[in-house]
Amino acid sequence: MKLQIPAVVMLTLFAGAAGAQEIRPEVKARQGQFQTLAINLGILGGMARGDLAYDAARAEAAARSIAGVSMVDLAALFPEGTDSMSIDGTRAEPAIWSDLPDVLTKWQALGTGAAAMQAAAAKGPQDIGAAIGGLAGACKACHDAYRTPD
Amino acid sequence: MRRTLRVGAAAALALGAALWWASAPEPAPPAIAYPAGDAARGARIFLAAGCGSCHATAGQEDRLRLGGGMAFATPFGTFHAPNISPGPEGIAGWDVADLDRAVRRGVAPDGRHYYPAFPYASYRAMTDGDLADLHAYLVTLPPDPAPDLAHDLAFPFSIRRGIGLWKRAFAHEGWVMAEAADPEVAAGRYLVEALAHCAECHTPRNAAGALDRSAWMAGAPNPTGRGRIPALTPETLGWSAADIAFYLETGLTPDYDSAGGHMVAVIENFARLPEADRRAVAAYLKALPVR
Repeated sequence: MKLQIPAVVMLTLFAGAAGAQEIRPEVKARQGQFQTLAINLGILGGMARGDLAYDAARAEAAARSIAGVSMVDLAALFPEGTDSMSIDGTRAEPAIWSDLPDVLTKWQALGTGAAAMQAAAAKGPQDIGAAIGGLAGACKACHDAYRTPD
Repeated sequence: MRRTLRVGAAAALALGAALWWASAPEPAPPAIAYPAGDAARGARIFLAAGCGSCHATAGQEDRLRLGGGMAFATPFGTFHAPNISPGPEGIAGWDVADLDRAVRRGVAPDGRHYYPAFPYASYRAMTDGDLADLHAYLVTLPPDPAPDLAHDLAFPFSIRRGIGLWKRAFAHEGWVMAEAADPEVAAGRYLVEALAHCAECHTPRNAAGALDRSAWMAGAPNPTGRGRIPALTPETLGWSAADIAFYLETGLTPDYDSAGGHMVAVIENFARLPEADRRAVAAYLKALPVR
């Protein structure tokens, strides 16, 4: 009987710790979204640099995937209270919520870069290489201000 | 007793005089016959040295209006980059020798020391020709009327004269990579160690805020207080030379993650430099000794 109280306390603590580590679905979804961008950018970058054989269909699919991600509505994936000050497991700066119009403008730049990449993908590795700068610029522009350093 | 006091006072006076002498700003350098400056070449030096990244007002779209204002939070206090536009609030009236004394020696035209948040300890290795070109370029930029912000420093760091002692102890002559026989590595050494002053963030500092040259490019805490600046030594970075050059052009890592923080500004500069410069930086980093 004496042992019961510590056991209950332990269990509660354990559950609490597990709860704190659970990553919210919105955070998982947006991280997956950025991962999708990186993977497809990797295919295009690999072709531009000659590490991957150029394949028009594969390049177009990658560019289309990036364009698709750029159309996802950010508001649903960035609910209040999911910044890096409030929770673990995210590098989303609190400034995202205070400068939301600027964030959305920068997100639109990703769409613009993706559209240019879609046009380039069909043409060949050189055009892809030239379009990567615009896409990468959109990534950097946001990460400059809105991603917590490692 | 009086004798002890007198000796003590004399010793204190002598020590004070020695410190005063040792902390004196270097006198103006002997007249150098600088080569004629070329503004077009100076644009490359301006980009490689990252002048605009700190001296263009933060958040301002135009990176060529050098009104200053970027704040550097450090353990010693907060430094503010000054106006270096060619207007009266900036460097109006400076000749190449004035720019030289500031950039390579950290001394203002009025003889005061600059704080080493201005990376003159790196710029020390700049060539006369590059200084002349940089001067020719800076005077073509638009003047900006922004007044300089005062640094916000704790005592005793607020005593500017003390920087003279810091310079004596820490502003080394000479390259960290002593041997660079390969011309591409040598070009990279000049870019990395002098112009781009990469080590100012990528190398840890000692208690006096000077770079620890024994841990060259070993990574360091982020001066913003959050996160770490990554190591660039070959064994830790693990990137190919082509990966490094591609990153400096696009900001994309080999995993196709993207650069963030102050490195974004560095890449915006490097993306506009010739490919040969990005390759030279890569060659230098790959040539760093494995520790």
